[in-house]
Amino acid sequence: MSVDLSLDFFSLFGLPYRFNLDETALDRAWHALQTEVHPDRTAHLPNSRGAMAGALRVNEAYAALKKPVTRAQYLLELTGMSLDAINGNTVAPEYLMEQLEWREAVEEARRVNDVDALEQLALRLQIRTDGVIAQLAEELDGQRDLEAAADTVRRLMFLDKLRLGIDDALAALDN
Amino acid sequence: MALLQIAEPGQSAAPHKHRLAVGIDLGTTNSLVATVRNGIAVCLTDGQGRSRMPSVVHYREDGGIELGFNAMSTHVSDPRNTIVSVKRFMGRGLADVTHIEAMPYVFEETPGMLRLRTVQGSKSPVEISAELLRALRERAEASLGGELTGAVVTVPAYFDDAQRQATRDAARLAGLHVLRLLNEPTAAAVAYGLDNASEGVYAVFDLGGGTFDLSILKLTRGVFEVLATNGDTALGGDDFDHRLYCWALDHARIAPPSAEDARRLQMAARAVKELLTVSEEAPFRLRLGSGEEVDLTVTRADFFGMTRPLVQKTLVPVKRALRDAGLLPGDIKGVVMVGGATRMPHVQRAVAEFFGQEPLTNLDPDKVVALGASMQANALVGNRREDDHWLLLDVIPLSLGLETMGGLSEKIIPRNATLPVARAQEFTTFKDGQTAMSFHVVQGERELVADCRSLARFELRGIPPMAAGAARVRVTFQVDADGLLSVSACETSTGVEASIHVKPSYGLTDDEIAGMLRSGLEHASDDLAARALREQQVEAERLLEACAQALATDGELLGEAERAPIDALIARLRQLAARDDAAALSAGIAALTRATEEFAARRMNRTLRAALTGHNIDEL
Ligand SMILES: Nc1ncnc2c1ncn2[C@@H]1O[C@H](COP(=O)(O)OP(=O)(O)OP(=O)(O)O)[C@@H](O)[C@H]1O
Ligand SMILES: [Mg+2]
Repeated sequence: MSVDLSLDFFSLFGLPYRFNLDETALDRAWHALQTEVHPDRTAHLPNSRGAMAGALRVNEAYAALKKPVTRAQYLLELTGMSLDAINGNTVAPEYLMEQLEWREAVEEARRVNDVDALEQLALRLQIRTDGVIAQLAEELDGQRDLEAAADTVRRLMFLDKLRLGIDDALAALDN
Repeated sequence: MALLQIAEPGQSAAPHKHRLAVGIDLGTTNSLVATVRNGIAVCLTDGQGRSRMPSVVHYREDGGIELGFNAMSTHVSDPRNTIVSVKRFMGRGLADVTHIEAMPYVFEETPGMLRLRTVQGSKSPVEISAELLRALRERAEASLGGELTGAVVTVPAYFDDAQRQATRDAARLAGLHVLRLLNEPTAAAVAYGLDNASEGVYAVFDLGGGTFDLSILKLTRGVFEVLATNGDTALGGDDFDHRLYCWALDHARIAPPSAEDARRLQMAARAVKELLTVSEEAPFRLRLGSGEEVDLTVTRADFFGMTRPLVQKTLVPVKRALRDAGLLPGDIKGVVMVGGATRMPHVQRAVAEFFGQEPLTNLDPDKVVALGASMQANALVGNRREDDHWLLLDVIPLSLGLETMGGLSEKIIPRNATLPVARAQEFTTFKDGQTAMSFHVVQGERELVADCRSLARFELRGIPPMAAGAARVRVTFQVDADGLLSVSACETSTGVEASIHVKPSYGLTDDEIAGMLRSGLEHASDDLAARALREQQVEAERLLEACAQALATDGELLGEAERAPIDALIARLRQLAARDDAAALSAGIAALTRATEEFAARRMNRTLRAALTGHNIDEL
């Protein structure tokens, strides 16, 4: 039994090149692959005692496909778009205001330790994120407008970062 | 990437001798060893049929060592040389340990990890733990009738890299081949899940003598996937004892107790706590060595009241783990209770209220960790049958990062990443012709490096001289299935390859372990002290350099009155670095670090502001 680790992440898990993905299928394929390559499976064999390369690669692939942001980035990368083009440092001006407003709202709630406000923001952010993800699905799986998708990915990156900020703020208020 | 060849099932696992493997629960209060016998996990007992061994080591004046129950009798008569709860000191410095004032030991502050001075000389927590592990190894070998192939040793899930390294070192020092360090709640989940053929998302709530872990696991068709873990490595039954002890001191109107009487009072406190689990009130009554009498009565209501903050404290990691897993309390199918301290009724009630369901207490909370570890050990040595497929996918509990400009930590591997995991990041030189680059590896969730645990510092040398920004230095973090980190760095833009591979600095090298085993642990402390001093000197140098640079670029952020004490501390640290007093040097480093905290924060603000005006998405 051998696993071809040179395959791209989608092929590795036997999944179609689509942004919209069946998470249960991903999880199942991940488990099945780890059952083959995890160092625990080979710890007792003299020739491949606990080799890690396979498990590292499979976990890398899983982490990349699991999150919408990294999955979209990876799809764009597969189309040959350069990483610089995907992660470019510019923000379309019309989103800049939105971003600054979000940031200020989070900062303010954080400053006054307002758990309710933070949770409200997290909820609103979730709805906003879901919208952006739906748009990304349309751009990647539907129209295949890669330029637009790259732009949307950057917005999703921002929303993700914001989410981490809210989570950190909430974690600080747990005690 | 190459094809990975995996042996056909059964190919080389073909009929082989049953290998002897054990699981060891090295607990704060109690340690156990278990094995799988005829397909069933069992704890191995001592000559008197007892499976738990109190984690107590007594160093006798005549050079002998007593362990476990045998060491219990000197608890009170020789507290300084009778070490309990040594797990609390593993991989920790003096500043990390809580309630140190109530402990009877003579501590030595050594960089990285504290040490204890005993009648048999200076002992590190690693050596003391190794005594316990050696006793368990001997118990297992006597009981199984042969040498062990290997052992799985459990650690609290929330142990950081320093604490894990220390545990691994202790096991090797005890002559064990460590098959795996396994997280305690994961071990419990294995024992529970395989016992009950469970499926779904479970929480494991593990409150032992000294540590608290909360792990959330998804069990699907033989795969135990940890979704998130959190905890507090300094919270356990000991802290409940301590509250009662303080309460007794307040109410008994006695003089400040001697070390012996403090131990008496602590042991009485534990007994009272355990009694209150089954009865509504308990007498706190004893006669002290000083001749004084303590005669108090504690009700459940008193005890629950004084320890409510501790129970609340356990809910903090619970909330954080749920948030990280993206789950609500109602998503949890069952809460498995592990650890002796979960027997306390108010702990059970708090858990039941939080999750809206009664916790699962049908497995023996004392044994379940050792039993799960033995199942994993059995699998790792290749004893299990081919149809007995199950797999553990565990995570790293705390983020790993590198120090960047302004004393900030840049996360390279996020907490809760599934193991094994590797991540790389590229850095570049900032001076023309720069041939070396230094790195500082830290672990923790906080933004400022000063608030995280420092794991290692290293320098990559031999970078070919190039223009600033032209070199490509790739730093790779790799965490193996034990949760242990290794870091490598190499310059990739030129054919010339400078590369370095480091393990965090406080761990022992293989040579050091071998040396310690050979020399009967005699000289190891001197070697360690010398190395510790060298490490401190390197750190001092690095700090001085960083300060000089920060002051040169952002010095105007400080007023004159703010600047003067920093300059004075810099001058003093320079002098200390030239001497060979590691403790003084370490204090000097700490003082300068503290004094520059505010400065670092201002520099961080400035960086953030600059980023915002530049509309740089990375900083937004
Ligand atoms: N009936 C009881 N009621 C209250 N507390 C109890 C009871 N039985 C045991 N404990 C407490 O449980 C703690 C020991 O639990 P356990 O043996 O699970 O810890 P450990 O595994 O040694 O520690 P850790 O897992 O933190 O390293 C002690 O503080 C002990 O007093
Ligand atoms: Mg325990």
